[in-house]
Amino acid sequence: MRQEMKKKDEGAPPPDEKTRELKAQIDQNLRRVYEQALEEEVPDRFKDLLAQLRGKAGNQ
Amino acid sequence: MSAEISAMDPREELVEHLPALRAFAITLTRNTAAADDLVQDTIVKAWTNIDKFQVGTNLRAWLFTILRNTFFSDRRKRKREVADPDGIHAGRLAEAPAHDGKLAFNDFSVAFDRLSPEHREVLILVGASGFSYDEAAEMIGVATGTVKSRANRARQRLCEMLELAQGEDPVGSSGDLTKAVMGSSGVEAA
Repeated sequence: MRQEMKKKDEGAPPPDEKTRELKAQIDQNLRRVYEQALEEEVPDRFKDLLAQLRGKAGNQ
Repeated sequence: MSAEISAMDPREELVEHLPALRAFAITLTRNTAAADDLVQDTIVKAWTNIDKFQVGTNLRAWLFTILRNTFFSDRRKRKREVADPDGIHAGRLAEAPAHDGKLAFNDFSVAFDRLSPEHREVLILVGASGFSYDEAAEMIGVATGTVKSRANRARQRLCEMLELAQGEDPVGSSGDLTKAVMGSSGVEAA
């Protein structure tokens, strides 16, 4: 017990397993943030824009 | 024969990258209207500069690079951040937090929004959209080591904010976890 306390005061090595677990949770949530944005439907204006650009290129 | 030519033209592949480009833009701007303007600028720039794209390299990485450069240069010009006027994430704080021992996604979203765009960028590139540290380094225009340390700092910031957001402690020992993620500086400060 005393030894453990002393060890902690000196800066115990990080609990790797917990750190890994937390990092995994963060990455899981990050993917969710990104996937939520990915699921949104792309507005037609971008397909229209590409068609417009293609038309311009064709005319030149 | 014209079909063959257009199949080789990377401009014809732009459409396939629209959802990813828009998702990246949304995570950077946190604002749909600003994200759409950014995607529009990116498409026009990509189209007109397609001769600068090296065929055979990663088109998505090239497009993401144009998008993030446009975003950060516009931002430098404006020198102020758009503060979610559409309220994409407003209301999320009001939702009940999950008590399943996991980081609540609503809390996470709010914390993510409060990160700097630089931190959001690095976390999305390496944490969510599957780019390697080396690829992200090339896209951001910094050394790989900088990407790693920036990603670590961004994760630390998230941990700090989430710890503050948790009235009670659903993880059980988030203080220790934060310290663990923060590394030696956190231990010294304690």
